[in-house]
Amino acid sequence: MLAFTIRRLFEAAIVMLTVALMAFVLFRFVGDPINQMVGQDTSLAEREELRERLGLNDPVLVQFGRFIWNAARYDFGISYQVKRPVTSLIAERFPATFELALTAAFFAILLGIPMGVYTGIHRDSWLSKLFLSVSLIGISLPTFLIGILLIYVFAVQLGVLPSFGRGEVVRIGGWTTGLLTASGLKALILPAITLGLFQMTLVTRLVRSQMLEVLRTDYIKFARARGLGDRAVNFGHALKNTLIPVITIIGLQLGAIIAFAIITETVFQWPGMGLMFIQAVQNADIPVMSAYLLLVAFLFVLINLIVDLLYVWIDPRVRIYGREA
Amino acid sequence: MPETPALSVRNLRVEFPTRRGTLVAVDDVSFDIAPGEVLGIVGESGAGKSLTGTAIIGLLEPPGRVAGGEIVLNGQRIDNLPREAMRHIRGKRIGMVFQDPLTSLNPLYRVGEQIIETIRAHLPMSEREARARAIELLIEVGIQGAERRIDGYPHEFSGGMRQRVVLALALCAEPDLIIADEPTTALDVSIQAQIIQLLKRLCQERGTAVMLITHDMGVIAETANRVAVMYAGRIAEIGPVREVIKSAHHPYTRGLMGSIPSIEGTNDRLTQIPGSMPRLTAIPKGCAFNPRCPHAFDRCRRERPDLMPVDHSLAACWLVAPQSAEARS
Repeated sequence: MLAFTIRRLFEAAIVMLTVALMAFVLFRFVGDPINQMVGQDTSLAEREELRERLGLNDPVLVQFGRFIWNAARYDFGISYQVKRPVTSLIAERFPATFELALTAAFFAILLGIPMGVYTGIHRDSWLSKLFLSVSLIGISLPTFLIGILLIYVFAVQLGVLPSFGRGEVVRIGGWTTGLLTASGLKALILPAITLGLFQMTLVTRLVRSQMLEVLRTDYIKFARARGLGDRAVNFGHALKNTLIPVITIIGLQLGAIIAFAIITETVFQWPGMGLMFIQAVQNADIPVMSAYLLLVAFLFVLINLIVDLLYVWIDPRVRIYGREA
Repeated sequence: MPETPALSVRNLRVEFPTRRGTLVAVDDVSFDIAPGEVLGIVGESGAGKSLTGTAIIGLLEPPGRVAGGEIVLNGQRIDNLPREAMRHIRGKRIGMVFQDPLTSLNPLYRVGEQIIETIRAHLPMSEREARARAIELLIEVGIQGAERRIDGYPHEFSGGMRQRVVLALALCAEPDLIIADEPTTALDVSIQAQIIQLLKRLCQERGTAVMLITHDMGVIAETANRVAVMYAGRIAEIGPVREVIKSAHHPYTRGLMGSIPSIEGTNDRLTQIPGSMPRLTAIPKGCAFNPRCPHAFDRCRRERPDLMPVDHSLAACWLVAPQSAEARS
């Protein structure tokens, strides 16, 4: 188990290093940051001096080494645009994105799994057919369209929910939360549904197809032949066997929710990291972009690590392979 | 039979409604099994053996359904019980053993958890009592170091050991009847004999009736008291195992016996029944076996024979009908 964890950690470190290299190389080609930072009347000498001060004249290898060293200490430099440390920008924006993503994920899981189980067990009921039709809509409509539709219905026509922003937030230490105020919760509903709808339909369909497969297996037939009740068979024996692929996908999708909240945040003007990233791209703000990329990669790696450890917890057979390898 | 049979099946009919009409997969099947008796059911794939077993335990997959007949377990009719009542029959009064022990156990739960769960579903026992009973059962089915192995996962057991666990599971509430559906087919030959002996011993000790479904005549010869031969959803012949093996009355049974290799056999070639069993959609008129039967005559193509007594058996063949005794040659 320990060897398994250490090996996974080592692999994770290699992934992070590769992403760092790509982030570094990529963003050297997005344009000259100096042009974005200074006005037209800045002299060449002043530009040169700024370039020197930011270390942009050093050899590439030195710059990369410095980048890695700083990133490892959670220091991504100063934003070219707003002239403040990138880490404090992220600290300001991260809670908004995190709360949005988590709410969306809960929405997706708490509705998706029961719907998947239900449609898997009651294949031909009209409710199953309804769920599947709805999930088809969720899969095929693009996020921005869903967002705009929801705004049109609930904010413009019915006027019950806000169409943009986070509402009132409460500050707890360095974390700002919208979960403790009524307006914050109301503001969370539409973006969370927008962001989570696709994931929910994905989970529903995945759980359904896994249930259909597992319910055909011999051990389910045998469990019924042993006289176990429907609940024990469906939830105890069948659902647990569907969890490995489901957890894999949910894990990957959780990363995706955080990383690609960009569109939802843009539609709802949600003050999170996605919005920050879009603004950084528009201004060629390299430190912010590379920090964002690294952070997202880190989240993916972290989630995958957790998923791998969950496998071991769920499936005893993985324990064996983990020990032998 | 003087005592109440453990299982009595009367005119069982299993149907599958399809778009192109209703398929009759099990047609007018009747038999009894006495307590402690082993009834072998043999036949080719698709003859309806497994479906008969599945119908008795009430686990037919829709759209399949019992369309007629009666299933009586120790005097209680069980084919018309409500769902929940039937669940309490399964596992408690009828145990089942499936073909493949590798896939019969849930891979994510410890062997002990699965046995304890089954015991507690049927008997009023605490977790600790059920665990003690589970260990006893494992010892009884011959698992070495049962107290330790009870906490093992199925993948830590060999195929033969897993089938022993499955047997323990089937026996855990002392059922009246065990339905064993090809219990040895997936096992090594050397293990097969052990499992069959074990099954036979355990059931004899308890007076449990066994319905042993297999296509292995060797297993039947060793284990069963009586044997029923099924063909195209019907029983072709049923009788004491020696009589059916040595002097079968139905040409199909004779063909089936002729296709078993024997060590003493002088023939180099095994006999083979020409053709194959008809599909359920195209069962011929008259006797279902007539197109493949070397002795078929006119009546076989017109009228369907019912089971008729002959010696100690029953056979569904016009050759054994009193008035056509002369046709036998």
